Amino acid sequence: MIPSMWPIVGLIAAGILAGLTRSSAKVSGVVGAFGAILSSAAGIAMALRMLLKGTPEQGVVEWSLPWGSLPFGVDALSGFFLLVVYLLSLLAALYGYGYMAGKPPGRTGMSWLWFNLLIASMATLFVARHAVSFLLAWETMSLASFFLVGFENEEKDVRRASWIYLVATHLGTAFLLAMFVYWGTAVGSFDFAQFPRIRDFGPYAMGIVFVSAMLGFGTKAGFYPMHVWLPEAHPAAPSHVSALMSGVMIKTGIYALLRTITLMGDPPPWWGWCFVGIGAVSGILGVVFALAQHDLKRLLAYHSVENIGIIALGMGLGLLGWSYRQPAMMILGFSGAVLHVLNHALFKGLLFLGAGSVLHATGCRNLEHLGGLMRKMPITGTTFLIGAAAISGLPPLNGFVSELLIYLAAFRGATQQPAGLVIPSLVLIGSLALIGGLALACFAKAFGVIFLGEPRDPRIGAAHESKWMMTLPMLILAAACFAVGLGGVLIGPVLVLVVANITALTPEVVAGDSEWLRTTLWGVAFAGAGLFLLVGLVTAGRNLLLRGRVVSRAPTWDCGYAAPTARMQYTASSFAQPITLLFATFLRSSRHGKMPRGLFPAESSLETHVQDAAVEKVYTPAFLFIRRLFERMRVFQEGRVHVYVMYVGVTLLLLLFFAL
Amino acid sequence: METFTDNILAVLLFTDLLLVGMSRLSGCISLVAVQGVLVGLLPLFSPEHVNPRSIVFFVVVCALKGVVFPVVLSRAMRSVNARREVEPFVGFGWSILIGVGILAFSFYQAKQLPIPSALVAGTMVMPAALATILIGIFLIVSRRTAVTQVLGYLVLENGISTFGLATVSGIPLLIELGLLLDVFVAVFVMAIMIYQINREFDHIDADRLSTLKG
Repeated sequence: MIPSMWPIVGLIAAGILAGLTRSSAKVSGVVGAFGAILSSAAGIAMALRMLLKGTPEQGVVEWSLPWGSLPFGVDALSGFFLLVVYLLSLLAALYGYGYMAGKPPGRTGMSWLWFNLLIASMATLFVARHAVSFLLAWETMSLASFFLVGFENEEKDVRRASWIYLVATHLGTAFLLAMFVYWGTAVGSFDFAQFPRIRDFGPYAMGIVFVSAMLGFGTKAGFYPMHVWLPEAHPAAPSHVSALMSGVMIKTGIYALLRTITLMGDPPPWWGWCFVGIGAVSGILGVVFALAQHDLKRLLAYHSVENIGIIALGMGLGLLGWSYRQPAMMILGFSGAVLHVLNHALFKGLLFLGAGSVLHATGCRNLEHLGGLMRKMPITGTTFLIGAAAISGLPPLNGFVSELLIYLAAFRGATQQPAGLVIPSLVLIGSLALIGGLALACFAKAFGVIFLGEPRDPRIGAAHESKWMMTLPMLILAAACFAVGLGGVLIGPVLVLVVANITALTPEVVAGDSEWLRTTLWGVAFAGAGLFLLVGLVTAGRNLLLRGRVVSRAPTWDCGYAAPTARMQYTASSFAQPITLLFATFLRSSRHGKMPRGLFPAESSLETHVQDAAVEKVYTPAFLFIRRLFERMRVFQEGRVHVYVMYVGVTLLLLLFFAL
Repeated sequence: METFTDNILAVLLFTDLLLVGMSRLSGCISLVAVQGVLVGLLPLFSPEHVNPRSIVFFVVVCALKGVVFPVVLSRAMRSVNARREVEPFVGFGWSILIGVGILAFSFYQAKQLPIPSALVAGTMVMPAALATILIGIFLIVSRRTAVTQVLGYLVLENGISTFGLATVSGIPLLIELGLLLDVFVAVFVMAIMIYQINREFDHIDADRLSTLKG
């Protein structure tokens, strides 16, 4: 056992206790939530100590199964992801304690069990150094999150979503199983310490491992087109679970890909191209589909696909820098990707918690019904605004820093020699710019429609601000977004450690080449401080000008209508329509409804539906084909005991006859 | 001693064939009871001769297979009012032919099996065990009433015991007794099931229990 495993033990114990005391919602909630909070706090302390001290830990747990003992370890890469997981888990647990109040007791107790197991399995995943313990943690994570997604399983949509998630995650695991079996039998051991020997088997073997890792881990990460479970599972899960799943669980896919690359080392250029291509597709299509959504949590889920795309872009540039021996580009690309992992956890966690707060207060996720919540829920509104600005990559918030690092890596790449480096860099610059612009449009829509204007549905009017258990985590996350945006310089050394870990170089070598990283982060800090100063000056100037004058509030100009109603406002769909029209080729949205006719039009209506192209064109036909194939097998499924026994008998006879 | 074993096994094969061609359920139950006693006799004539182990075994097997099972099954049969096996999937004439076929196959196949001759007493053990197992499976597959299916299961188990008891070093006593306990529980459960199914559905045709299939 290594010290970093004690929080995991604490989490499991708290989870089991919460499950046992499920008859009382109060006790199980306190045990589950505060067990998770305390263990996560301990985990944060240990991860921070590791990252600051920089000495990796190693340990072995004896195991009586045929694979012998299971090694565990913590290095900078694990430590960084552990920090992200524990940070968001702590806040999500506190939020969940407030959010779950009033839900049926037996079910909340069990949900705390799964919640704690989910955190524990993610943490185990990051410290596992053996294929068996890794896959065990991976499966526990998938199953725990499956049960969490199915929390409100009396609803048909929720059941459907959890089944889609289960099937998707197991399809991914199938590739992983194949990968680990291939890799382990090739090198003759399932211990990660032996895995780098795959290099002796040539580029072909490494290519097989890389492709299956992309498919298997990419499914969990949510790369397009393996992302289909994301927009189904995230809206179905309770909001603190969505925050945890979207904020950190999908990052386990990124961690595993980074770990795979670290173990194999020395990447050929096509890996980088692969990442840049998938990243660009995921990023652009993710945000385009997000624009067309009416459901707030679904919209956020598509933004997870987008942000995973951005992370993949950063990793792609890091890999290309590695292949073409461009240390500065490699460091910028990888540190941008790793920093974006932290940033996405912060702002996407914040946004999902905000969405949960809105859902909790109004019982409504549909953007077309919401509106005017800023006055009723000021804290949720303000923090949501900060999160929206951060995810759109606006300075001085954290999303800007990581995207800037990735841009800089691309600019380095675009000015170097080989075409294999220049073309991906140019593709990246173009697509990242497009993603940033569309994300901004999308969050202008989401924030504007939810929090500004007037409620579009009378039921929304009774909304109120959430309890402190729910607002405090949002405030902390919003503050963290500012902190990372301004204090990126402090994170610089940690990023150097992590990049050194990924590329198997010593921290000193990486630090020597990270001139650009340091200057950039200092520049960001100064620019952020300058921006604050400017905003302060403008505000002071405004107050100066307004002093001694009458300031009055009046309704927005209502175009001269005699009796304006809330339904005359821009809707979410109408706001996004110019952009969705531009991408109609990908969206293929269907429209139903009656157009208004005549001089005094009576009833008219409009409905739009966006079907995910990947579902429509790839998965539905594929699964229908498989179903038809297996329907033929039903001939054998007679449903009679006699026939089944006959199958057994015939099989025995044939074995006896031919095998001997 | 080998001749005794061979004689017992010949009688066992004879009961197998009789069972395949019999439609009266009470007759079938008696035949299976006879089979059980025959199997219990086997260890007494194994090359190890009479020893405490084989005596204990003989007593337990006779008590279970010779007395308890027939009584339980007869009661189950009476309580559900089933007297005969009507309309089996495979007719009785064909059943006997298939039974002979199984016998021939077993004799042929037993020679092919790579079992050291020192391990098995007599040349009949392997064919008889194989034939009994296969006939047990055949009974389960081809008959409709649940009682016959339980009987088929018992015949299958008799075949396995034949092999275990007639081999020289044998299977440890504990495992044999464990196996017996399994069968004992299984027969009880099945008898209760037959009764319950009959009460619920007014028949015990396993064939018609397929309405639950998807």
